[in-house]
Amino acid sequence: MGLFDLFSGLKTFAHGIHPPYHKDTADKPIRRLPFPAQLVLPLDQHIGKPAIPLVKKGQEVVRGEPIAKADGAFSVPLHAPATGRVRGIELMPTPKGPKSDAIVIDVYDGSTQEVLWKQPREMSELSPTEAIQAIQDTGMVGLGGAAFPSHLKLTIPEDKTVDTLVINGCECEPYLTCDHRVMLEHPQALMRGIRYAMRATGTSQAIIGVEDNKMDAVEILRDHLPKGGSIKVESVETKYPQGSEKMLIKSVLNREVPAGGLPADVGVVVNNVGTLAGLGRLLPEGEGLIERVITVAGPGIVKPGNYLVPLGTPIRHILEQVGYEGSRTEFILGGPMMGPAVSAMDTPITKGTSGLLVLNEPSIEEESHKIWPCIRCARCVKACPMHLNPSILGQMAAKRKYEEMAEDYHLNDCFECGCCSYVCPSNIPLVQYFRIAKAINREQAA
Amino acid sequence: MSKKPTIELRTSPHAHAGGDVVRIMRNVVYAMLPICAFTIWQFGLSALALLIVVTATCMASERLFNRLSSQPSSLGDWSAAITGILLALTLPPGFPLWMGAVAAFAAVALGKALFGGLGMNAMNPALIGRAFVQAAFPVAITTWTPAFFEGRFTSFVPTTLTPPFLQPPVISDWVTSVTVDAFSGATPLALQKFEGVQMDTLDMLLGTTAGSAGETSALLILICGLYLAARRMLDWRIPVLVMLGAAVTAGIFFLIDPVKYPDPLFVLLSGGLMLGAWFMASDMVGSPVTPLGVVIYALMIGVLTVIIRLFGGLTEGVMYAILLGNAATPLIDQLTQPRVFGEQRAGK
Repeated sequence: MGLFDLFSGLKTFAHGIHPPYHKDTADKPIRRLPFPAQLVLPLDQHIGKPAIPLVKKGQEVVRGEPIAKADGAFSVPLHAPATGRVRGIELMPTPKGPKSDAIVIDVYDGSTQEVLWKQPREMSELSPTEAIQAIQDTGMVGLGGAAFPSHLKLTIPEDKTVDTLVINGCECEPYLTCDHRVMLEHPQALMRGIRYAMRATGTSQAIIGVEDNKMDAVEILRDHLPKGGSIKVESVETKYPQGSEKMLIKSVLNREVPAGGLPADVGVVVNNVGTLAGLGRLLPEGEGLIERVITVAGPGIVKPGNYLVPLGTPIRHILEQVGYEGSRTEFILGGPMMGPAVSAMDTPITKGTSGLLVLNEPSIEEESHKIWPCIRCARCVKACPMHLNPSILGQMAAKRKYEEMAEDYHLNDCFECGCCSYVCPSNIPLVQYFRIAKAINREQAA
Repeated sequence: MSKKPTIELRTSPHAHAGGDVVRIMRNVVYAMLPICAFTIWQFGLSALALLIVVTATCMASERLFNRLSSQPSSLGDWSAAITGILLALTLPPGFPLWMGAVAAFAAVALGKALFGGLGMNAMNPALIGRAFVQAAFPVAITTWTPAFFEGRFTSFVPTTLTPPFLQPPVISDWVTSVTVDAFSGATPLALQKFEGVQMDTLDMLLGTTAGSAGETSALLILICGLYLAARRMLDWRIPVLVMLGAAVTAGIFFLIDPVKYPDPLFVLLSGGLMLGAWFMASDMVGSPVTPLGVVIYALMIGVLTVIIRLFGGLTEGVMYAILLGNAATPLIDQLTQPRVFGEQRAGK
């Protein structure tokens, strides 16, 4: 460890972990699932202000039609993923945890896959400001999981200059393969999206970072690169959390985003491959984001694969389509390292959901759940990609010294990747402690 | 979807590397078993009895303190067994059993229970136990037994069965009766220090010399330690840097005066350096967690060992060097906090 990294010449960052990747669905082409009978579209499925509904109970909507508008700049609109009738705006379970307001649509039996509402336009005629507006109109958010509105991410603060667009094709979470499939199947859309994003941000170079367990994607992308060399593809080490913004910037550019800062502070803006491939497809057509690719996988799934599902599809419907088994089961939205577990089968797929994993009892955790005392083995220190000291932070959390953790031990630089909990031989729930500590600190500050 | 599943709800991460404290501890025990077997072959019944008594006393003491503090039994984590075996390996093979029991009790009581059990102890419990008896029984702890003496599998070393609270008998007559060639009753370290006689390197490597029960074969300890390092249950940097620190320090003095001071290879292979470096300095609980801290800690132990050996009144310095290293660990950790990703270098 460490010693060999020096000689391999592979682009990477220090620390991190190598969990079993379980990328068994990498060779499963993206397939559509039939529409569910009902779609649930939370108004707050992106980061920022919730969208404002444009539809009333009983109103008929067609596939692609806007059903909620953005509440100012820090918000995005919602579009109807299928033709049907609005059942109402109800409190529904969401992947975030608490229930929130959602537009519920009863889908017509005969609803087709054709998008009936669109406003095609010539992207090359748009100014950067108009392009940003067009991006907001698609309702696009970071599809890698963060669900941060894309138009905000591509808006460079006036006091910053950005020279490089980094496109995140790492997909470092185990099991997930949806980004991998998008790179393999939609390279043209991705290249188009990259060009739009470069124009909107005024960047002159773009680097697509792909983990080296997806060399087929690297080759296909290289085949589709435009002439002139403004876009490059870099393979980076397969290591979790390579797909974290700060880690990927370090790997491909060797720039370190300052603590508490943004990628723009080092002249970089990062977007996920799925996001840009989505923009590449939606922008010229003037369509909204109404469906996304998710990976459905895990030992409990009968027919694992990558599926294109309408937003708002309840996980119950997906599981009925692909089949699952197991008596004690964990349902996870996203990857196993950072994805939340959900209890309600009515929880819908939202814009930020990259996968649905069903982990059966043996794979949830093979070891006993007993928590041992910290034996100071330092595995967490060697795993933390932010170079924090989870060992000390954990001991302080146990004593509830939350403020001291933030002030003296950089708690707020923790982005909750979970490496520390993953490696801890004492099963100490370190990242879980840190989430609590951060939440309490936020509450105290408010 | 025949029957409804039980839905588990946990917060992420939902994956775990596997492997736990118990597995680490169990492997440390496995790694020490060949050393135990060797010492029994080398020193016979006395070594076996010492291992059993010391380990059993450690575990019984652990259980006693569990009960006194109304905690569930912590014997299952194997740490008390490790303390026991390690402690026995650091004692002279003919060490009176009752004194071994005292050392074991002191190790667990003063070295571990007093601090709050596993993970809380500031210093290596086995070495605390040894330091206790070093002070309490200075003669017994420096009374050595020849290796491979005759009749070692049928009779004990006379000192082994000393009745409780009595001092062991003088065994020089017994020693001459069981050895073929003259055995002076000294370890390689003592021979070198006081008589200027340097033991053969091969003998020290293979462990045909006198010494503490588990310290004689440098080669065997090295192999057992490498097993743990290969399984990533031990940070290889610590033993390697301890040895480096010791070898460089010894090398400097050797260059100054090759007649008076031993050569670096002798320093590495003699005494408890190997055992201490691989099995005690590397103890996770007492060593720093920061990468730089580990380097400072390990080099410090290596340097201190040689300084104590060359200039102290004692022949051996490993024990106190490690204890000092343990004591310095919190400070080292505090001073070597890693630079956080994205933190400006200039600011620090």
